[in-house]
Amino acid sequence: MSAATGAATSISADAVSPVLEMKGLSVCYSGLVPAVAGVDFKVNPGEVVGVIGESGSGKSTLAHAVLGLLPKSANVTGERFVLDGHDMLTAGRDDYAALRGPAAAMVFQNPMTAFSPLHTLGRQLTDLLWRDRHQSAAEKRERIIAVLSQVGLPDPASKLDAYPFQFSGGMLQRVAIAAALLMRPSLLIADEPTTALDVTMEAQILHLMRELRKTSGVAILMISHHLGVIAEICDRVAVMYAGRVVEEGTVREIFANPRHPYTRALFACEPALIESGVSRLPVILGEVPRPGGCGCSFAGRCSLVEERCHCDSPPWVGVADRAEPHFSRCHRSAP
Amino acid sequence: MTSTPAMIETDKLSVSVPSGRWLPFGKTPTLDILVEVSIALRVGEIVCMVGESGSGKTTFGRALVGLVKPSAGRIALDGVALPDFTSRSFRRVRSQSALLFQDPVTSFNPRQRIGSIIAEPRHITHAGSTKREDIVGLARKAGLAEQFLSRFPHALSGGQARRAAVARALSVVPRLIIADEPTAGLDVSVQGGVLNLFLDIRDEFRTTFLVITHNLSVARHIADRIVILYLGRVVESGPAEEIFRNPQHPYTKALLDSEPVPDPAHRREEPPVIGEVPSLAARPKGCEFHTRCRFAQDRCRTEAPIKTDVSPDHQVACHFPLAATKAASIPNLRLVSR
Amino acid sequence: MAAIISNIEAQAPMAKEPGWLGRAGRVMGLVFFTPLGGIGCSLVVAIVLIALFAPAIAPYNPAAISVKERLADPSLAHLLGTDQLGRDLLSRVIMGTRTAMTVALTALSLALVAALPLGLIAGYGPRWLDAVLILVFDSLSSIPMIMLGLAIVALVGPGVSTVIFVIVLYCIPSYARLVRTQTLSLKSRDFIKAEQAMNASTPRILFRHLLPNVIGPLLILACLDISTVITLEAGLSFLGLGVKPQIPSWGNILSDGFAVIRTTPLPVIAGGLPLILATIGFTFFGEAMRDALDPKLSRERH
Repeated sequence: MSAATGAATSISADAVSPVLEMKGLSVCYSGLVPAVAGVDFKVNPGEVVGVIGESGSGKSTLAHAVLGLLPKSANVTGERFVLDGHDMLTAGRDDYAALRGPAAAMVFQNPMTAFSPLHTLGRQLTDLLWRDRHQSAAEKRERIIAVLSQVGLPDPASKLDAYPFQFSGGMLQRVAIAAALLMRPSLLIADEPTTALDVTMEAQILHLMRELRKTSGVAILMISHHLGVIAEICDRVAVMYAGRVVEEGTVREIFANPRHPYTRALFACEPALIESGVSRLPVILGEVPRPGGCGCSFAGRCSLVEERCHCDSPPWVGVADRAEPHFSRCHRSAP
Repeated sequence: MTSTPAMIETDKLSVSVPSGRWLPFGKTPTLDILVEVSIALRVGEIVCMVGESGSGKTTFGRALVGLVKPSAGRIALDGVALPDFTSRSFRRVRSQSALLFQDPVTSFNPRQRIGSIIAEPRHITHAGSTKREDIVGLARKAGLAEQFLSRFPHALSGGQARRAAVARALSVVPRLIIADEPTAGLDVSVQGGVLNLFLDIRDEFRTTFLVITHNLSVARHIADRIVILYLGRVVESGPAEEIFRNPQHPYTKALLDSEPVPDPAHRREEPPVIGEVPSLAARPKGCEFHTRCRFAQDRCRTEAPIKTDVSPDHQVACHFPLAATKAASIPNLRLVSR
Repeated sequence: MAAIISNIEAQAPMAKEPGWLGRAGRVMGLVFFTPLGGIGCSLVVAIVLIALFAPAIAPYNPAAISVKERLADPSLAHLLGTDQLGRDLLSRVIMGTRTAMTVALTALSLALVAALPLGLIAGYGPRWLDAVLILVFDSLSSIPMIMLGLAIVALVGPGVSTVIFVIVLYCIPSYARLVRTQTLSLKSRDFIKAEQAMNASTPRILFRHLLPNVIGPLLILACLDISTVITLEAGLSFLGLGVKPQIPSWGNILSDGFAVIRTTPLPVIAGGLPLILATIGFTFFGEAMRDALDPKLSRERH
């Protein structure tokens, strides 16, 4: 039975060492308030992994923790936290600085604020290459132009002297992706990269990310609240709720067969999945609780709640009889 | 529905704003935000206005109540046209309508408590009770618990703030509610509640709704009619169900196809439309969508299309409307193995 | 009616929203427990207390002349010594505090009362009116302060009310301009648009919605200005344009002391030191207030 493979192991225990591995990772603010509570998570090389969750689920905190972008009051603890072969639990500020870029780079939600308004794009992109002292300015320029054309920016050479305000949001997001790729990271973290964009631009950016993954082999960690975006480009998805991963599996498997009541409720609320002509749209009543309480964090809003849900933390178990890996954290899915 | 009288209608409503520097001689250059938009909002109808950023959809909502001054055209309320576009004329429209802003928190005075914010329209109109229990009643109607009335706006969550905005709108029982991106920034688990509220209000008061959104899946669930704007022009308008089943304009189709489908088995190979919305300052000649349209032909590049009827209530402005046989794009997925 | 309730937003565990007294207390706490704020607070409180109870504290009648004791050195009888007319300097400094505070507070209140509507009208009213008002403000602030004072004194003669009038004229342009800039930026904010869309009358928008939002920064500016105004009053009095010589004021003490500075520096110090302390006190206090009230630093979210 899958329960044997289950308990606290992650999916696909293969030989390749993962780009990012977290085990029992917690993030607390000011030593008291946990934002992420005991997350096991892994991204393999070249894989596109989605993290889906609503506001307050801790998905952005998770992403920021990888790059060491959390505020000073945040305290990261855990059993294991490895990024590109480096132990991040013992890493200091300088170690993070050295890894930002070569190991992991980030694309933010709002491209308009991701660049300094005072400098040309060429200057800002060149600054990112400060590590490569042996390269001449001309070589760097060529590298930048190559990456910019890779992300589909028309006529990149002429764009180097332009200022950020001369671009539209969609174009700037392409440049932001280029800036992230410029440092040849093993992992690209995209935090809601299409939320601030129009749908037609969103489709183009998602297409671009899929192409980039094919051509450059970069692993992508996609943070989103939008099921459509996750379905569009991810191989695997983790559903986060109140600081915990409550369900994880391949995208096909999770979308076809969601097991956790929260995941199911989330799917039920997705407007694109609801048939037209429904008179009342579904909602999940109640609010996301503070992470880190005892019992199942979804117990307060779950329609299938039982006595044990309030007191015992549900186990992390594999879902039986499925061809593809699928884990869930629910008493009801436990055997 | 056609027989229902129009609550408010616009006839070739245009909005231009001056752009660039004023020069002593010659005309000041202007940007046309809205170009000759003619729409009728019928009593008790929910009309969704859909378009990308820069399509002028927010401007249209604001122009209806005179927050943005129209530069040409006509607005008629219950069949009676406003004599001019001064704020005195708009008082008549404003007294019967309520505006829900995209970010409700910014539409509240940061130094007022929610209770007094909800009572504000009653204080202004001197109509209706402003007693605490009545305000509590209003808030409950909008699904906001009493405890939030003593809070300041910034202490509310996105969903709560939106409900407070609806409560404020309801305090004068408006005949028209203009909602700008009512689900923007809301989690899907909360979105439904706000939209259900709209449907309830419509059913109880026969309120007319203009819902401005970029989210077609939202429009699909609440709209009776859909208006698609591109660069400030209406490119297609018609009954919601027909627009989704049988989009005629390539832009409408592109918008429908761009919405990512939450089904990993239905991944797109190519983005449905490439490029981005042209600048308002450099409108393309002919049909303004031709720069991104995959069906564009020579005629589209030179000659602007005029609106034609597809069916009595369904208009499209395209030289080569899509064949009616093309399948609807957003598949009505049903989750399997529940 | 009840059918319309979709679902009530869940009961959040809520932090009780503090009342205005509670919030004021919190702000004062923030002011007091910073190093500069603590110093500022203590000085301000001391100055205000001295001004309030000046007649009770002053050991002598500040106007009592005693020729025998002219320019006496500090002693137990006269802690700060006496001036060239034998008046007790300490008593004069204490009573001068009262003069300074009276002038400063009256002038600033009048300036605030005048500047608020002017600034609101300039910011919210029609553009031509804005242009006219800005022209007036700019002309006023382009006249050097001392020249303005001289001209007005020449017209109406010196006195406390003249000083107040000069200070009011001096303060109005900068206050009104602050109100105007604040109003301009608030005017385009959604909540003002929302009021317009609700058919709110212009006075309602101005006084119920704009005023409470502009008054905070204005009060802080005024607080920082108290020191400037006290200095101004002293300066005008020093030049003989301000408070009449028989009324004790820091400026008069300085002016009198200046005449005998070669004999003894004491009167100048006695008049200058409180001026310096008041300036430091009100500036520190005002800055601490500004930091404490900065919404970016103290946004209370649940």
